[in-house]
Amino acid sequence: MVLMKLLRLKDFPGKGTFHNGIHPPDCKAFSRDRAIEVMPPPDRVVLPLLQNIGAPCEAIVKPKQEVTIGEIIGEGKAFVSASLHSPIAGVVEKIGVCTLPNGRHLPAIFIKAKGEQITGQALYDDVIGGEWPKDCPAIYYPSTIAKAIHDSGIVGLGGAAFPTHVKVRPDDKKMIDTLMINGCECEPYLTNDYRVMIEAPGPIIAGAKHAARAVSAKEIIICIEDNKPKAIEALREEAQDTVIKIAVLETKYPQGSEKQLIKAVLDLEVPLGGLPADVGVAMSNVGTIAAVARGVIRGKPLTHRVISVSGGGIAKSKNLLVPIGISMKAVIDYCGGLTEDAARIIAGGPMMGFAFSNLETPVTKGTSGLTVLTHEDLRREEETNCVRCGRCVDVCPMQLVPTKIAMASRHGNLSLAQRYNILACFECGCCTYSCPAHIKLVQLIRMGKAMVMAGRKK
Amino acid sequence: MIKAAERQQTVTTKDIPSPEIHVAPSPHLGNTHFSTRRMMIDVLIALVPAMGMALYLFREYALRQLLIGIGACLVSELIFVRLRGTNVSLKDCSAAVTGVILALSMPPTAPWYATAIAAVVAIGLGKILFGGLGMNIFNPAMVGRAFVMISFAGVMGAGAYEATGTLVDALSQATPMNAFKQAGVLAPVPQLFWGLTNGSLGETSAVACLLGGIYLCVRRTASWEIPVAMIATVIVIASIPDMAGYHGGRLIMHHVLGGALLFGAFFIATDPVGSPLTPKGKTIFGIGAGALVMLLRLYSGYPEGVMFAVLLMNAVTPLINRWTIPRTMGEY
Repeated sequence: MVLMKLLRLKDFPGKGTFHNGIHPPDCKAFSRDRAIEVMPPPDRVVLPLLQNIGAPCEAIVKPKQEVTIGEIIGEGKAFVSASLHSPIAGVVEKIGVCTLPNGRHLPAIFIKAKGEQITGQALYDDVIGGEWPKDCPAIYYPSTIAKAIHDSGIVGLGGAAFPTHVKVRPDDKKMIDTLMINGCECEPYLTNDYRVMIEAPGPIIAGAKHAARAVSAKEIIICIEDNKPKAIEALREEAQDTVIKIAVLETKYPQGSEKQLIKAVLDLEVPLGGLPADVGVAMSNVGTIAAVARGVIRGKPLTHRVISVSGGGIAKSKNLLVPIGISMKAVIDYCGGLTEDAARIIAGGPMMGFAFSNLETPVTKGTSGLTVLTHEDLRREEETNCVRCGRCVDVCPMQLVPTKIAMASRHGNLSLAQRYNILACFECGCCTYSCPAHIKLVQLIRMGKAMVMAGRKK
Repeated sequence: MIKAAERQQTVTTKDIPSPEIHVAPSPHLGNTHFSTRRMMIDVLIALVPAMGMALYLFREYALRQLLIGIGACLVSELIFVRLRGTNVSLKDCSAAVTGVILALSMPPTAPWYATAIAAVVAIGLGKILFGGLGMNIFNPAMVGRAFVMISFAGVMGAGAYEATGTLVDALSQATPMNAFKQAGVLAPVPQLFWGLTNGSLGETSAVACLLGGIYLCVRRTASWEIPVAMIATVIVIASIPDMAGYHGGRLIMHHVLGGALLFGAFFIATDPVGSPLTPKGKTIFGIGAGALVMLLRLYSGYPEGVMFAVLLMNAVTPLINRWTIPRTMGEY
């Protein structure tokens, strides 16, 4: 076991892990071994015009207009924006308002299903199945690939939903050496990336090749935590005879965070406030890369995604291929509904996901899964005074002092919070998870960050 | 009529007990195995060997001090918390920990009122006055002990350790620290290690302190940096007079095992509230405490210096915290 650890990252400069972090129970057994099922097409989809970080797209359809599968319905005109496509054939009902799990009210396109839909195995083969090339033919120029990604409306499917064409494109100013494909999936419960890696290594390898061409990266590294041996095996097999390397990392939360992963594999530190591109790295999640393959090779936009539905509060845990815009209610019903002790429904994983109660909320491009926790899973204990034990300092992957920042935020002392680099916090929640006094550290820090950002905008 | 019925309906809908599905900001999971209360219980568990050793060695003297210490601390916590107008909570066990540590740091024959006053001062002045658990600057038990040490120098000093005419053997000898300070006599190392000597109740047995201390460090309730740095510093400093006097290491062992160093390093200095937040800060804290212990032992009128060393380092902890803000990842 120790030998395994020593050998694990022999081809990479990093140590296979980053500083600090936590080891929450991974709880992936709920849905780990459930093959991806294709959900039957819904009667209606709701597609918010903003499903990515950045600017919203603009609706280019009108009510009563008929749309086909994959037809563009919203155009991302700003640079950091992504286009929107219809996942079903149907008729535009209205441009209304919907609420996302993060609490934002957004304009959205409501589409009612009409006409013939693609379903079942045909849909599965169209999205991630079938044959995929192992190489990127020379007819693809970096710019054509970047344009295809842009036209497919692809955003990061890992949760952050950053438009992929902004990261994966030829850039004269920032040289990219390495393309890292993130298959860590360090959030407890989530298994969607895991299933994609096992069932569809083809599009991941193909997408990686094409994306690497787009950014002119010399190296391609797929990063997977060591609790996913089947995924490692599947990708190793698929990546044989290619230049793609597989990095097996320690299972630790938040290993899948961009900056921590770069540190773990390449031993590079992304400067504060910087992006991976500043150290010559472009990073994309495995699901995103599979979507890139589909967009570039098959010319199909991002209309469907794989989500995992998991947790003790749902009758049957599953991994599903769903159209974007389907309501959470439809997904929950398809999985047998909630159990009696269901207590919290979360879009995403339990560490960074958003809890919501309105089941009409649609699945968006950034929804990696649906986690339903029970009363037993939740920790509801009264906050007590900080005893300055330093646990939060010991677990913070950014090496911050969470208790100081949280207390400064609580008291509105923003200059102190900024002296302690409050904006470096990416809200992974390790501090709150570990706090013996049950202080809501990351929640307070999030509040402080919002205050600092509001102050900057003035 | 219909409107009234409708209104009735809205009222009843609102009266339904809160819905099953709640929302809250992430993270939605927490480490349920670890809480402040659990930390305090860990300390109590870790103190069991030291308590056992004290009871074995000092019999009724130890029992009396423990009962008075714990009892007085719990009662003062109740009273002072009520005076502050906050909720009484002995559930966090912190008052019990203070009581045990205080009792174990007392001389065996200290009069009942000294221990009781020390407990009241520890909880009242040392803790609740600052705002309760987590808000205090100084280690409460040490505040209480320092108070009675200075107030009742006669019954707390060297004389309090020796009592003639009892059935307890240990009490007939001088404490190792006193014997060395006054007569230059070094106690045999095995005796110091197992703890068959005179001294404050909890400090005599090195092995009991080590057992409890290692448990605390393994559970990570105490940070290992503090005891390691503190003991290492004492060894380094003690080696100078050791070499100068050709003691062949016996003086080092005397300073490490003979006094309250191990008890203090593992149970008193590691109190999270008064020690720094970061590993680097904790190391500095340990080095400072160790150096002060040796300074006091070698050059002050007191034979022992752990209590004042910890209190002094508690005072500079905010400064250490300020010096040792860790470098954020990606900060150059």
